Amino acid sequence: MGISVEGANKSFGDFQALEDVSIEVPDGSLTALLGPSGSGKSTLLRAIAGLETLDTGRVVIDGEDVSKKPTQKREVGFVFQHYAAFKHMTVYENVGFGLKIRKWKKDKIRARVDELLNLVQLPGLADRYPSQLSGGQRQRMALARALAVQPQVLLLDEPFGALDAKVRKDLRTWLRNLHEEMNVTTIFVTHDQEEAMDVAGQLVVMNQGRVEQSGSADDLYDKPANEFVMSFVGEVNRLGDDFVRPHDIEVVRDRDENTEEAMVQRIVALGFEIRVEFVLGDGTEVWAQLTRGEAQRLELQEGQIAYLRPVHAKSFNGSSPSNTPGASTPQEPTDGGDAEVSAAA
Amino acid sequence: MEAHAAQSPVAPPRARHFRLPGVGAGLGRGLVVLWLSIVVLLPLAALTDESLSQGIGHFWDQVTQPAALDSLELILICSLIVVAINAVFGTIVAWLLVRDNFPGKSIINAIIDLPFALPTIVASLILIQLWGKNSPVGVDFALTRMAIVVALCFVTLPFVVRAVQPLLIEMDRDMEEAATSLGAGGATVFRRIIFPNLLPGLAAGVALAFARALGEYGSVLLFAGGKKDTTVTSILIGQQIETGNESGAAALSIVLLLMALACLFIITLIQRWGSRHERAQGAGAGGLNVMPMSGDIALPEAESKEDDDERQ
Amino acid sequence: MSGNSSTTSRWSLRFLGLGYLAVLLVAPLVLLFFKTFEDGLAPPFEAVTSADGLHALKLTLITVAIAVPINTVMGVICSLLLVRHKWKGNWLIDAVINLPFAISPVVIGLSLFLLYGKQGWFEPGLAEAGIKVLFSTPGIVLACVFVSVPFVVRETVPVLQEIGTEQEQAAETLGASGWQTFWRVTLPAIRWGVAYGVVLCTARVLGEFGAVSVVSGNISGETQTLPLFVEKNYENFNLPGAFGAAVLLALLALVVLMAMNLLKRKEAA
Repeated sequence: MGISVEGANKSFGDFQALEDVSIEVPDGSLTALLGPSGSGKSTLLRAIAGLETLDTGRVVIDGEDVSKKPTQKREVGFVFQHYAAFKHMTVYENVGFGLKIRKWKKDKIRARVDELLNLVQLPGLADRYPSQLSGGQRQRMALARALAVQPQVLLLDEPFGALDAKVRKDLRTWLRNLHEEMNVTTIFVTHDQEEAMDVAGQLVVMNQGRVEQSGSADDLYDKPANEFVMSFVGEVNRLGDDFVRPHDIEVVRDRDENTEEAMVQRIVALGFEIRVEFVLGDGTEVWAQLTRGEAQRLELQEGQIAYLRPVHAKSFNGSSPSNTPGASTPQEPTDGGDAEVSAAA
Repeated sequence: MEAHAAQSPVAPPRARHFRLPGVGAGLGRGLVVLWLSIVVLLPLAALTDESLSQGIGHFWDQVTQPAALDSLELILICSLIVVAINAVFGTIVAWLLVRDNFPGKSIINAIIDLPFALPTIVASLILIQLWGKNSPVGVDFALTRMAIVVALCFVTLPFVVRAVQPLLIEMDRDMEEAATSLGAGGATVFRRIIFPNLLPGLAAGVALAFARALGEYGSVLLFAGGKKDTTVTSILIGQQIETGNESGAAALSIVLLLMALACLFIITLIQRWGSRHERAQGAGAGGLNVMPMSGDIALPEAESKEDDDERQ
Repeated sequence: MSGNSSTTSRWSLRFLGLGYLAVLLVAPLVLLFFKTFEDGLAPPFEAVTSADGLHALKLTLITVAIAVPINTVMGVICSLLLVRHKWKGNWLIDAVINLPFAISPVVIGLSLFLLYGKQGWFEPGLAEAGIKVLFSTPGIVLACVFVSVPFVVRETVPVLQEIGTEQEQAAETLGASGWQTFWRVTLPAIRWGVAYGVVLCTARVLGEFGAVSVVSGNISGETQTLPLFVEKNYENFNLPGAFGAAVLLALLALVVLMAMNLLKRKEAA
């Protein structure tokens, strides 16, 4: 059940939540809508579910234009950030709610609910109330509830946002495995790029109501379409017009024509990685990510002068990055210094 | 517990088009308007009509009769005294219920609502038994102004207590602890930290109590009666109905009504002012909670302001 | 206990607060029970179970049975409208709902009296239809509905607000229609708030005196509710009757208090 959204526009008063948004979600995929607060990702998700109506544009699910269909009829499973558990119903009644509405027979409901509770690893909790469950359990219950009616599409709105870091990580993996097993077209919304890249096959990056770029995690990381995407999906240093990832900055002791002089301001050891903060001649602050081995070999100290060579620098305004000879097409991100050295870190 | 939408910056906007079961908002609204019109608005319209039926001059005459003016003056003064007394004692009682612990506290907590649950005429009866002619403690101030004050204190106490209580419960103790750590003594902490935070609830409770006291009838009737200098406005209106002076009664009613409406209006203002500082007000089950928060009501401009908070 | 570290202030507060309560609230109530049963159970019991007494009780209960459901159903609908549907007239509905708090019971009685009286707006239409509002049960019911309009709404609105719309949206995504969502999700979620409002509404209707007094004419055995029975008997020096009915009403009040207390706890849970 592929999903596509075409030319979606939605505003709340004078706030434009979605501006000419179009996305394609392949059948059976696991897609993340990624972006900061206010980017419109939740609005887009809710529009697909029918919980918001678009001002213009359409939503197509499995070839059918559902823009005018009410939520009840769209057969989408929806999981909310704060679970939206029916507090006055037991776990069993929660999960079986959709089935009860569809007038399934009691024994069939029982069988399906048990099946789902096993799937989401909550066996034996059928008679508990949501208030007696932990956050992670509640969210899994919510997922079971959404899956019970065999939706065409599964939509998750910041599903792990309300949970602790450790639970979040566990559920991430769990969701990915679940998706591999079930293969329902799934879209989830998050502002956490690590989560998106960990879980999803395809990412759609949104900002201020517009789609900035969509593609695989590698696409976005290595070939970002603009500065926003690049800085959103990873750390970025700005060198003049160029943008370089901290692990793409090579640190050497000798100058040559591709290097920039910099003074070591601070060295921070963060477990495996060493973060070295530099300040350039013009005052720009830059930091490089090195392995312990590299840092030891260089014997860097605070206050010393070293030389930085950016590898894979990107520029988004049409001009070539300062370090690379060779032309580049405007509007496309350009890479600098490919020929040089191994990637750092 | 699910976070209230306005508190979570990344919560989705509230669904604005939740439909009433099968009926739709339009029909529901129609029903509600019909219900309120028949039950509340039409009678009040008839009242206004009658009060002006003989012209505004007559209205003014009736309202400025000595008996009428005396009754208004009496009830206003008594109500002011009563709310002042209950402001103090009501706060003390609320304090005891929230911050203190003693045997029988939960029973006492329930008893507070007695004046609300008890019919006013029964209140009148039992007050006159205790403080009237056959009083076991040998006092007799029935049919005096003191009786008016006591009766009004009786019926309006719950309003103040239940308005202050929730604020005390929700109050952040951190503030008090910080003040104490900075050297403030008990009275100072109360005066500078606790009291200002209670003020919105106290003010609203007082205004509600005042509005109630103005129109109180049943509890005053038997206990204070309608003697010459204990005739409050509500009793005077009752007398005028009996003697067939309907336009006079209606005119006086309108005056009383407007005064009480002014109180309600003040409460709404207080609640709006209060909610600028904190969300915790007298809302929620707490006995006689003060009126529905204006923030709870879905209004177009009010909503778009909250939307800005809610929308991510 | 923060602030008051000294025991003296704690005890003086207790003395003041609890003393006030004891003198103002408790003493009269206790005295009532004593006075009523001074001469034994029989006199008040007989007075209350007299024909007039039973009729008064019956009329009171009938009034409750009609007025409370009306205000409950309309109250819930009204709450849904106020909280879930934005409309520029909502503030007005809110204001009208709160009006009964500002109006003296006598004034309520008077306005009903004027509306349905001989020179009222509905005459002679009602007379032709044979419907008697004043000095009859319908008038009493209308008066009680008027005075108790706010309670269910005021208790339901905050609860509706607090539960938020997410559960309802979830039900929608699971295929529930508007009615199913309301019945299975919304209503169960707000039930304790509504119940509390119903209890308050009932208490108010049970105890209403002033408005009913004006509207009914207080005709014994016909249009006399229990509170009116108390007044009339007192004025006629029939103390057992007055006290007996008063005690009955006081007992009902205590039941109401217990119900309120219970529901407050349920809602907190």
